[in-house]
Amino acid sequence: MRYRRPGLDVATHVILIIGALIFMLPVLLALMASTHTLPSLLSGGLALLPGSEGLDHYIQLLTQPAGGVAVPTWRLMLNSLIMALGIAVGKLTISIIAAYAIVFFRFRFRMLCFWLIFVTLMLPVEVRIVPTYGVVADLGLLNSYPGLILPLIASATATFLFRQFFLTLPPELLEAARLDGAGPWRFFRDILLPLSKTNMAALFVIMFIYGWNQYLWPLLAASDADYATLVMSLRRLTIAQDGVPPWQLATTMTVLALLPPVAVIVLMQRWFVKGLVDSEK
Amino acid sequence: MATFQRHRAFPWLLLLPQLAIVAIFFFWPAFQALRRSFYVQDAFGLGERFVGLSNYVAVLTSALWQQALVNTLLFSASVALGAMSIALLLATLADRVLRGAKGYRTLLIWPYAVAPAAAGVLWLFLFDPSLGIISRALGSLGIHWNQRLNGGQAMLLVIIASVWQQMSYNFIFFLAGLQSIPASLLESAAIDGAGPWRRFWTITFPLLSPTTFFLLVMNTIYAFFETFGTIDTTTGGGPNNATTTLVYKIYQDGIVGLDLGGSSAQSVILMVLVGLLTLIQFRYVERRVQYY
Repeated sequence: MRYRRPGLDVATHVILIIGALIFMLPVLLALMASTHTLPSLLSGGLALLPGSEGLDHYIQLLTQPAGGVAVPTWRLMLNSLIMALGIAVGKLTISIIAAYAIVFFRFRFRMLCFWLIFVTLMLPVEVRIVPTYGVVADLGLLNSYPGLILPLIASATATFLFRQFFLTLPPELLEAARLDGAGPWRFFRDILLPLSKTNMAALFVIMFIYGWNQYLWPLLAASDADYATLVMSLRRLTIAQDGVPPWQLATTMTVLALLPPVAVIVLMQRWFVKGLVDSEK
Repeated sequence: MATFQRHRAFPWLLLLPQLAIVAIFFFWPAFQALRRSFYVQDAFGLGERFVGLSNYVAVLTSALWQQALVNTLLFSASVALGAMSIALLLATLADRVLRGAKGYRTLLIWPYAVAPAAAGVLWLFLFDPSLGIISRALGSLGIHWNQRLNGGQAMLLVIIASVWQQMSYNFIFFLAGLQSIPASLLESAAIDGAGPWRRFWTITFPLLSPTTFFLLVMNTIYAFFETFGTIDTTTGGGPNNATTTLVYKIYQDGIVGLDLGGSSAQSVILMVLVGLLTLIQFRYVERRVQYY
């Protein structure tokens, strides 16, 4: 259908490939640098190819504390995983049942509840970071998993998305279920949940990445190394010792930090794109 | 929509977890920020004194806050312009491709998954004054790069890292927007003799304008808030506050400097700014619903 010129097609591919390469370059170079020693990085040769260390730095970081980080990286990854899963699962759960109540029930103050939740769409945690820290400290939740997770699920994005989805379902669905004698809980479990699977998968991907990549909040809420996450610890290895940061370790840790969420996006691309485009509309 | 009507308690039970979390971790802190912005705490945190609007006056007239405002505006405009124009170019090209469009999409969207803080470390490595590949290349061209000393270079570094990360987000939306433009429109224009350049500017670009406007708002919000990690890992707001944005300053004054009143006033001002942005966005969403 398009009216193309062959020369233009070749140029299109060339620019796209160059673009993709440029975007990959920082990660490729970090990957290469992580296999070199620091003297070899400093000696001037550009580290464009794998170096002599192989996976040694990965093993070193995963098993021992390094730089200003008091625990081995496997522990940081575990904390990041718990935080990301907690945020994804927690937010999905509280959101889908709240949206179910708002769409499928009539009760007093229904619209008030909707607006109370809806307002939270506007303000990210960074804006109210100082008082949030105070509240979490008063509740004794600093340096705990609930303290890391709960303030980050206090927003309405997922509730809003489920509400939009529920409103597109035909009303006959509920009427038929009621004729068959299904109560609110059966209707939710046997009809609504199975229909929402795709939306849940999409949101799960978005929320997992959001949780894994958090920086400022864990930096404040997890001063104890036992609760430190991987992303918030990256900075500790970029601090210069004798003039140069230990880049061979900093690049290794950065690769470890970006690998899980990138793998999730690449493997679950279909749901991710759907989740992103739907939830931001 | 048909509804369950005879169940009184059940909906409240369903809403309870979300309402409780929102009340404790959203409304209570937001209210405290508002309240504290009218008070001054004494040095030991024991007493406080009502001071009306004087925290706001102090913030708005402070040279450092004004510099942070200018930094934020410059930064977000550069990030939005850079990330959106590169994304539009690549999405337009990927949309033209008949075979392999999916492959290109995979190759271009993954930076979205990289944490802003990790993106900062990646680019800090490339620009490291003693061993970075880019700073060395610049050095051989006679440009002396050191973002620790040069404020302009520090700002440029933060912008580049943020553009790199945010491009993929814009790419996804532009590609989705381009794919929803009816092929028949472009076809008839081609039959009338319009070349690819002309077709893009007279048909594609105007039809993309809702997406473009939406992305403009989202990029601004990204640059305002989510780049905290990028700034903290690359420049720490320096040198000489050259890369201190409004959010970074709230953190510095409130957490590092323990000036609760001043940082609360800054939070409230920022909330109002974001509220306005969101309002603009919702008005535009409504309009879009009417037209489509």
